[in-house]
Amino acid sequence: MDFSLNEEQQLLKDSVDRFIREEYDLDKRRELAGSSDGYSEENWNKMAELGWLGASLPEEYGGFGGGPVETMVVMEAFGRGLVVEPYFATVVLGANFLLQGGSEALKQDLLPKLAEGKVKMAFAYAERQSRYDLHDVEFKAEKSGDSYVLNGEKGVVFHAAAADKIVVSARTGGGSRDAKGITVFLVDGGANGLSRRDYPTVDGLRASELTFDNVQAEAVLGEVDNGLSLIETVVQHGIAAVSAEAVGCMDVLLDTTNEYLKTREQFGQPIGKFQAVQHRMADMFIKCEEARSMCYLATMKLDESEALERAKTTSAAKVQIGESARFVGQQSVQLHGGMGMTDEMNVGHYFKRLTMIDTLFGDHNYHLKRYSDM
Amino acid sequence: MNLEFSGEHLAFQQKVRTFLEENLPSDIQDKMKGGLRLERDDHVRWQNILAKQGWMAPAWPAEYGGCGWSTVERYIFDEECGRAGAPRVIAFGTKMVGPVIYTFGSDEQKAKYLPRILNNEDWWCQGYSEPGSGSDLASLQCKAVRDGDHYIVNGTKTWTTLAQWADMIFCLVRTSNEGKRQEGISFLLIDMDQPGIEVKPIITIDGGHEVNMVHFTDVKVPVADRVGEENKGWTYAKYLLQHERGGTAGISNSKAKVGRLKEIAGGIKAGGETLMDDIDFKRDVAKVEIELQALEYTDLRYLMTAASGAPIGAEVSMLKLRGTEIQQRISELLMQAMGYYANPYMPEAMEYGWNEEPVGFAEAPPLAPAYFNIRKTSIYGGTNEIQKNIIAKMVLGL
Ligand SMILES: Cc1cc2nc3c(=O)[nH]c(=O)nc-3n(C[C@H](O)[C@H](O)[C@H](O)COP(=O)(O)OP(=O)(O)OC[C@H]3O[C@@H](n4cnc5c(N)ncnc54)[C@H](O)[C@@H]3O)c2cc1C
Repeated sequence: MDFSLNEEQQLLKDSVDRFIREEYDLDKRRELAGSSDGYSEENWNKMAELGWLGASLPEEYGGFGGGPVETMVVMEAFGRGLVVEPYFATVVLGANFLLQGGSEALKQDLLPKLAEGKVKMAFAYAERQSRYDLHDVEFKAEKSGDSYVLNGEKGVVFHAAAADKIVVSARTGGGSRDAKGITVFLVDGGANGLSRRDYPTVDGLRASELTFDNVQAEAVLGEVDNGLSLIETVVQHGIAAVSAEAVGCMDVLLDTTNEYLKTREQFGQPIGKFQAVQHRMADMFIKCEEARSMCYLATMKLDESEALERAKTTSAAKVQIGESARFVGQQSVQLHGGMGMTDEMNVGHYFKRLTMIDTLFGDHNYHLKRYSDM
Repeated sequence: MNLEFSGEHLAFQQKVRTFLEENLPSDIQDKMKGGLRLERDDHVRWQNILAKQGWMAPAWPAEYGGCGWSTVERYIFDEECGRAGAPRVIAFGTKMVGPVIYTFGSDEQKAKYLPRILNNEDWWCQGYSEPGSGSDLASLQCKAVRDGDHYIVNGTKTWTTLAQWADMIFCLVRTSNEGKRQEGISFLLIDMDQPGIEVKPIITIDGGHEVNMVHFTDVKVPVADRVGEENKGWTYAKYLLQHERGGTAGISNSKAKVGRLKEIAGGIKAGGETLMDDIDFKRDVAKVEIELQALEYTDLRYLMTAASGAPIGAEVSMLKLRGTEIQQRISELLMQAMGYYANPYMPEAMEYGWNEEPVGFAEAPPLAPAYFNIRKTSIYGGTNEIQKNIIAKMVLGL
């Protein structure tokens, strides 16, 4: 058992941390979130050059041979910076779909480009009726020659506007809530018949509603009709990664609040001297540490071969992250008093991101139920 | 003990209900139900209607223009307003400065300001907090120096709610640095429309503009606009806070929101059924509804005690504390009901009359911003930690 980073991982961490510290402050983030693309192409190229986009990819596809731990290191730092670039959608979700479900030719073609920053991706799965059920898919794909034609709508697709390639879950058989009959497709971001309605999100990212009108699929990822297990595997990677992002966010809130409690004075003393406040801070620290532990666990279990064990751990982590994020977010605002309510301070921005992370791939209630049913 | 309304009360309830049906403008009602932001004009329009009816400040003593209603009647009125989706009357005039003026003010002040509040002619705001003085309000620094018939006011107030719409501000100012800090504070009524007052917006985390910083530079205030005695302002300020906290529980509003929560969740699909069929969600809703009931009957118990003349003290802090926690929880559940559709930020869809195709669920746009915004309720009016300190002091007899 060993919870420490190896030398290469430590170097990666140092370099991402430095970037966030020196080049990604809140003003910069605000500016990027408000720009027309919602992120910086320049930053994206830099992330490619510094090897972060390929850090978790196998060497044979242009990566550096890392895995989930490298992703965790990057996501944690990106959580600290509230990074708006589509790393999560591209590298965590997109690349994992290709790795786990793409043909050899597709991997050879796309993954090196992805590592170089030349291909961005998005994952379209949610539907209006599906809520958090990945198997609730009405979106249709029909065979046409040796390819498939896609029709339907997908909602809240993060970073779809930036995506060169979009991964889509579709129904190829069975009823709309059957586990079987789901297939995963790869579609070009600029495909004919694909239209987007773009919008910002409450936490400063970008997402879109997508409408597919006879869109030609480029490839099938994984097996036809058996796509759900591929989706679940990739989503497990996704949950581990957003857990790391959440831990990064919580670390900043803890530091910021800690500092505030030492400097803000009321009744002639720093507010951190009040025991009620001290206990709250202790609780925040505990929640944060628990989240970190569950994030590590979920990350390291991604290589676990037993599917049930992996699924349980992922749900457990999502429950813990949801609860920790909620407490730490709310209490950071609370302990800052009026200042915590201002757009000017960083606290609210982390609080909002943490709130929205709970909605990703199922909230705390959803995963608590999943866990207890497993 | 008896929970029933008498025939008289039922008749009163009907009267209020009919009045609301006939007079509450439907656009304002729609905004309230949809959780959309109200403009200044919406408040003014509705308050003008109440003023015309003589219902602006039911709780005031009849001699100053109150309605002379019993405790139960006032409860019924609030309840019906919440049910109908009527905006609450902006509290600064009717529930804060008004009672201070009729209790401690001079005859001239009563004659000048009370009718203007009752007729909805002045929008008041509250100048208590300062950048360095929040929970520790008595440390306030905004200074008023006597100069003949005037005070010259210099300093900064902050978090001033809706100062951008206000005609008047009531301010706590420092008039003495001697003795105890509480004994050097005075209570001034200040006209916002004069040189030396600058209002700067503070944008909150939901993107809204409802609070401000207000700077005073050599602002001249007639001594006649000081309430009560010089350096006794703290007494009046505390009296006012007691009123403020009593008003922040927002029970009738929360009841309406729980109704809306059930309605919305009943229309959202989850697990092949609706979200209201989801056992976890249903329990979360039930839990907050029960908490709200406990709060409501606690409030009623205290109101009846107060009506019999017994003093109410720290109990008010409890109503504020639980009332705001419950508001926050309901708002959180409303947001959670949206699932992924809590994410899109659609300010244009929060404007009344926007009628494009919604993104996901039509109800969604204001819900996450409302959840962010409502974190304020455990901070303003004295933070919930401060309320607990007050309650603990009472319970432990400290
Ligand atoms: C949206 C909004 C609207 C407002 N509107 C108005 C208005 O119209 N007019 C007005 O005058 N003010 C208004 N306020 C100000 C409000 O009253 C203050 O924010 C509040 O009193 C807290 O003060 P503070 O923000 O300085 O926080 P601080 O007093 O600095 O408190 C910071 C944290 O320390 C805690 N703390 C402080 N002292 C203690 C203690 N002794 N024991 C335990 N914990 C403690 C607090 O609970 C809080 O969590 C508003 C505030 C907000 C957020």
